[in-house]
Amino acid sequence: MPLDRDQITKRAARELQDGFVVNLGIGMPTLVANHIPDGVDVWLQSENGLLGMGPFPTEDKIDPDLINAGKQTITARKGAAFFSSSDSFAMIRGGHIDIAILGAMEISQEGDIANWMIPGKMIKGMGGAMDLVAGVKKVVVTMEHCNRKGDSKIVKECTLPLTGLRCIDMVITDLCVLKMDYDKRRFRLIEVAPGVTKQEVIEKTDAEILTDREPLEMAV
Amino acid sequence: MGGLLCYPARMKSKRYETSAAALDAARKAGCLSDGIQVMVGGFGLCGIPEKLIEALRDSGAKDLTCVSNNAGVDDFGLGLLLQTRQIRKMISSYVGENAIFEKQFIDGELEVEFNPQGTLAERVRAGGAGIPAFFTATGVGTQVAEGKETREFEFPAGSGRKRAYVMETGLWGKLALVKAWKADGAGNLIYRMTARNFNPMMATAAEFTIAEVEEFVETGSLDPDQVHTPGAYIDAVVVTKPEKRIEQRTVRK
Repeated sequence: MPLDRDQITKRAARELQDGFVVNLGIGMPTLVANHIPDGVDVWLQSENGLLGMGPFPTEDKIDPDLINAGKQTITARKGAAFFSSSDSFAMIRGGHIDIAILGAMEISQEGDIANWMIPGKMIKGMGGAMDLVAGVKKVVVTMEHCNRKGDSKIVKECTLPLTGLRCIDMVITDLCVLKMDYDKRRFRLIEVAPGVTKQEVIEKTDAEILTDREPLEMAV
Repeated sequence: MGGLLCYPARMKSKRYETSAAALDAARKAGCLSDGIQVMVGGFGLCGIPEKLIEALRDSGAKDLTCVSNNAGVDDFGLGLLLQTRQIRKMISSYVGENAIFEKQFIDGELEVEFNPQGTLAERVRAGGAGIPAFFTATGVGTQVAEGKETREFEFPAGSGRKRAYVMETGLWGKLALVKAWKADGAGNLIYRMTARNFNPMMATAAEFTIAEVEEFVETGSLDPDQVHTPGAYIDAVVVTKPEKRIEQRTVRK
């Protein structure tokens, strides 16, 4: 059974370690915050200038001066810090963020990512995505394995305009977990969703992937 | 000598009574006219100099290039200047929330230069700091790097880690409009929470900078250790009552 968004992000949350500084992208990745494992305490970074993002506010605590990168009203947790956009991206570009979890439209077999524009559609801009994939120590993508037409989103080469080159370390989809082997420059299949077979992943993946080890079952 | 120990009375306060008066001062300084580049602080609708933007609209200046992370919404923030077609070009990282923007862009009336958000922030910071260009890994191998110089560096030096970087240039404007929480007569600014965002950089990167603030305090009453933007960058201060519109009102269930 393919996983739902909640299960995908639950698996992604297992990549978080105690004390990590974490940036979660807009959309599905924000759900990761709901699944942070017990005993793991992380600092959520919001690129508009906050380290230590808390939960959404109660109605009486809404403050228009306190929002996240998705422009949603939020709160700051104890120990939080505010800073400027240039300080925020110094943190991102300078490698001070332990992990970023992002969505994607396409991932190439070498770890390139395309997630900011579709030719012919209105371009909204890349926001902070290019800085995040270029600067964060570990970049994990959560996404559906195939698009609505059923085509693989993990491809030999991206056809959409790139966000970054050879920057993705792990891909977590509704079918499996793929981890980059930096020597071979290919993703290795390391886990499959319960009830999903290795063969099914291979058939639904356009990219060349390494399947030399028996995948474990994803714990979700 | 004694007079130098306190804030000298002869030193003029930077406070102006209205946004229009502050923009007039910018005009007199040769920093407000058609075709200029304007630096505008804010992230989404958070920390935008909303009353200064209205005053800029009322000034009638047109063919403006706006350096701003976003473009407001249809009826608020920089959207107001799009409505009146006073903006010719935007230099931004994300403009998703604006239908007027979309229409003018598709019709070819509005030029847009997309920058990665961190590159935009750093270009403004560099511009304000007198740095004409710098190299960054952001955007290497993408459309953003097309036509720009790319160079390989070993960084940190001696680490053996070689990587390609693209050259980006500093940004600078005639006029900067920023939003802060508090100011004093010397033009020292303190921002509040995530309303800080792009404002500190924008404040440094123009010939004439106007700060819109919620509170004006007596010079000497801000703790110097807490000042975010020192007064040297600020030419004029205006006190307003901002609406502070919220884009995505989200509450805990």
